[in-house]
Amino acid sequence: MKTRSAIPVASAALALALLAFVTPPVAAADTVDPAADARAFKKFFTDKFPKLKPEDFVNGPYSMNEDLHKQWEEKEQFPPYEFSLEAGKEMFSKPFKNGKSYQDCFPNKGIGIRQNYPYFDEKEGKVVTLELALNRCREANGEAPLSYVKDDMAALTAYMAFTSRGKPFDIKIPNDPRALEAYQKGKEYFYTRRGQLNFSCATCHVQSPGERIRAEVLAPALGILNALPIYRSEWSGMGTTSRRFTTCNSQIRGVPLDPQADEYRDLEYYLSYVSNGLPISGPGARP
Amino acid sequence: MASTIRVRATSNGDTTEVQALIQHPMDSGFVKDARGQIIPPHFIQELTFEYDGKAVFVADWGGGISKDPYVKFAFKGGKKGDDLKVSWVDNKGATDTTTAKIQ
Repeated sequence: MKTRSAIPVASAALALALLAFVTPPVAAADTVDPAADARAFKKFFTDKFPKLKPEDFVNGPYSMNEDLHKQWEEKEQFPPYEFSLEAGKEMFSKPFKNGKSYQDCFPNKGIGIRQNYPYFDEKEGKVVTLELALNRCREANGEAPLSYVKDDMAALTAYMAFTSRGKPFDIKIPNDPRALEAYQKGKEYFYTRRGQLNFSCATCHVQSPGERIRAEVLAPALGILNALPIYRSEWSGMGTTSRRFTTCNSQIRGVPLDPQADEYRDLEYYLSYVSNGLPISGPGARP
Repeated sequence: MASTIRVRATSNGDTTEVQALIQHPMDSGFVKDARGQIIPPHFIQELTFEYDGKAVFVADWGGGISKDPYVKFAFKGGKKGDDLKVSWVDNKGATDTTTAKIQ
């Protein structure tokens, strides 16, 4: 992957050369245009599922299958993530040893801001996800970081998502070549095949949403992060975005990266960006 | 710690439908943890729903019931606004109890 960084530079030069010769200018096929990507991405799914309203996509497999939808409506009367949500609410306002709490680390005291994460941090030059921001908040206040995959982290993000329910994803890509690069890398990760089964994320979540994989119904990539964190019956517990990424990687018999590795952060950036405008529906429940 | 029991009871006049969700690990005693040590059995043995001083639903459970169990049943009678008492006892002697108003 290291050698690839030379390619954009070369292609930019090529594009410039093209511009010099060709009028009217033809956009080079590999220029990064997130807005056009997101439009094309949405169009692909809305064409594939013409009956669905855009906001239905955030409910993943439940919008794809009538039986599942019925079960889900029943489940939602008594959501399995309730215990976690309650624990998260308690944790969120509980002060650390130094008297500060999570509320002091976030704009608007952390209420109703989930839809702005992940964001590109211009100081660091990297994508910062909500989970990462929560752990940095802990470390800044002298607390040990939490595990990224389950219990406490899931409870905290569940509460933050809950306070943002219904707010549309609002991911911004600042005018910074590093931000575009992060977006592009996330997109590459999403479409790159890997693992013993040679699957990319897109193999399941773009090619086959609504199809069965064994007994599960695959969710569409559009709006796939809106419902996170989720209670999965398969896990009989909660899981975060990090957990979803790592388990996806191991299910295709690849080697998962560490939670919050740069690639995962970029991937979350890409996936959230193309779902811009769809409402947050987390915490969710999945079979 | 909040109550481990979530309960909702709705009356339609002659029967009352009850749904309950209980937070409990329900370890069967046959599962090993990551280090290969057996996780000792820890499960709810008796779950009781009482209405008007009488038990309307009693479950004798063992390790075969899943974690965080969900129960749904209906019983004849039950008036809106009355109390329904739910309690469980597990094999370690721990208990929890809660009361819900029938809606």
